[in-house]
Amino acid sequence: MVRLDGVHKSFGGRRVLDGVSFEVPRGRAFCLLGRSGSGKSVTLRHIVGLVRPDEGDVQVAGRDVTRLAGRELAEARRGIGFLFQGGALFDSLSVGENVAFPLRRHTRLTGAEIRARAQERLEEVGLAREYEKMPAALSGGMRKRVALARAMALDPAVLLVDEPSAGLDPITSEEIDRLLLERKERAGVTLVVVTHNIPSARLLGDQLAVLHEGRIVARGTAAELARSDHELVRAFMQSGAGG
Amino acid sequence: MFAGRALRDTFLPPYEFGEFFRQLYELGWRSAPLIAASGVAIGVVMSMHTRSTLERFGAEAMIPAGLGLSVVAEIGPLITALLMAGRAGAGIGAELGAMKVTEQIDALEAVAVDSFRYLSVTRVAAAVVALPLLTVLMDFAAIVGGYLAEMLVSGMSFGLYLTRTFTYIDFSDVLPSTLKTAVFGFIIAVTGSYLGFTTSRGTEGVGHASTRAVVASSILIIVADVVLVRIIMFFFPRGMV
Repeated sequence: MVRLDGVHKSFGGRRVLDGVSFEVPRGRAFCLLGRSGSGKSVTLRHIVGLVRPDEGDVQVAGRDVTRLAGRELAEARRGIGFLFQGGALFDSLSVGENVAFPLRRHTRLTGAEIRARAQERLEEVGLAREYEKMPAALSGGMRKRVALARAMALDPAVLLVDEPSAGLDPITSEEIDRLLLERKERAGVTLVVVTHNIPSARLLGDQLAVLHEGRIVARGTAAELARSDHELVRAFMQSGAGG
Repeated sequence: MFAGRALRDTFLPPYEFGEFFRQLYELGWRSAPLIAASGVAIGVVMSMHTRSTLERFGAEAMIPAGLGLSVVAEIGPLITALLMAGRAGAGIGAELGAMKVTEQIDALEAVAVDSFRYLSVTRVAAAVVALPLLTVLMDFAAIVGGYLAEMLVSGMSFGLYLTRTFTYIDFSDVLPSTLKTAVFGFIIAVTGSYLGFTTSRGTEGVGHASTRAVVASSILIIVADVVLVRIIMFFFPRGMV
């Protein structure tokens, strides 16, 4: 479903990704771990075509997004939901309008149908009552849940999630993890999750990988990574052992 | 390149009519009170200056015409553009800059929306339409302001004031100088959009984008005005521009 093959990327002479390759089959979850600045978010941005690689291929549902532009790229993006680290809600629109936005842009549903669908998505994240509120009036956790509802609005086959736990309390973080897990199990969504949070990665990920200095240094299940020979990988897994 | 793309995309489908009208409301209608109030104040001040000058030559009767010509030919368009560079230019730079640093522009792209067309082209088109309309408002408000000042001094009626104002104003004085503000609108929106889209370094960058949008568009407007006035004088040599 999602396949990266030998992706290289540099910004201003600094190499950020150095031959990243992985594959996530349909309906599976892949968690990308790593220290800050290791290139995790950049990897995620390649998948939705926000960043183009210097070298390598990025395939989503059999299409190489690095070679798409204009309408073709827009069409590929309609099948991908992206939950940004900070939510990235449109602050000039209400909560409901944020969730309705992709539906208004890409479906022929009537106004009432769009509202009903947006309401349904908000119910899934437990925020149905907040439809008319502005994003600024919400807490960080609520904004993230609204952003998740927006990312799921078009029922994407692939959901990209950037740091779902960042800045959230453990309870809210767990709620978001459960929502993602439910989405994967009920709707068969393919998840690619970037996270620092090891308990979250253990819960969500069928496969985990650790990115270090632009390279994937280890991959496998949580149990396999815990037994890794790589010192950084072991340190990472042990940091979340209590979780 | 940015300006060229904005110009090209304005005329190519798909059109973002909803966002265009929203921006027209934001940039045009919501600027109207500022423009009207400034126009009245400028009219009052210019009337006082014109009176003190023309009195020396015993030509007080020419006050409405002198003021009207100055306003429609140059003062109105230029002041409108500079005020809008402050209000709209700063607003566009700050809004798009904030959207950039909070990843809202990326979020638009991620939901398969062309962010350039949605955010920049709509603002450029709205500013191009709004500036001439606001200039007409500024001209009218300045003439009204001039009349108020004149009425207090000489008790002249509004009808006589208008007759004296428009007796010497030709079509070629009004139309080119009003329409040239469409170019100023383009400059304001393109400059603000470019600086907003290229913002970096968080909230500090947003502040810089906003300030630079005002400074750069003001300078560009003044430079463009020199060129446009020369062009207008070439094509409309009878005009007072």
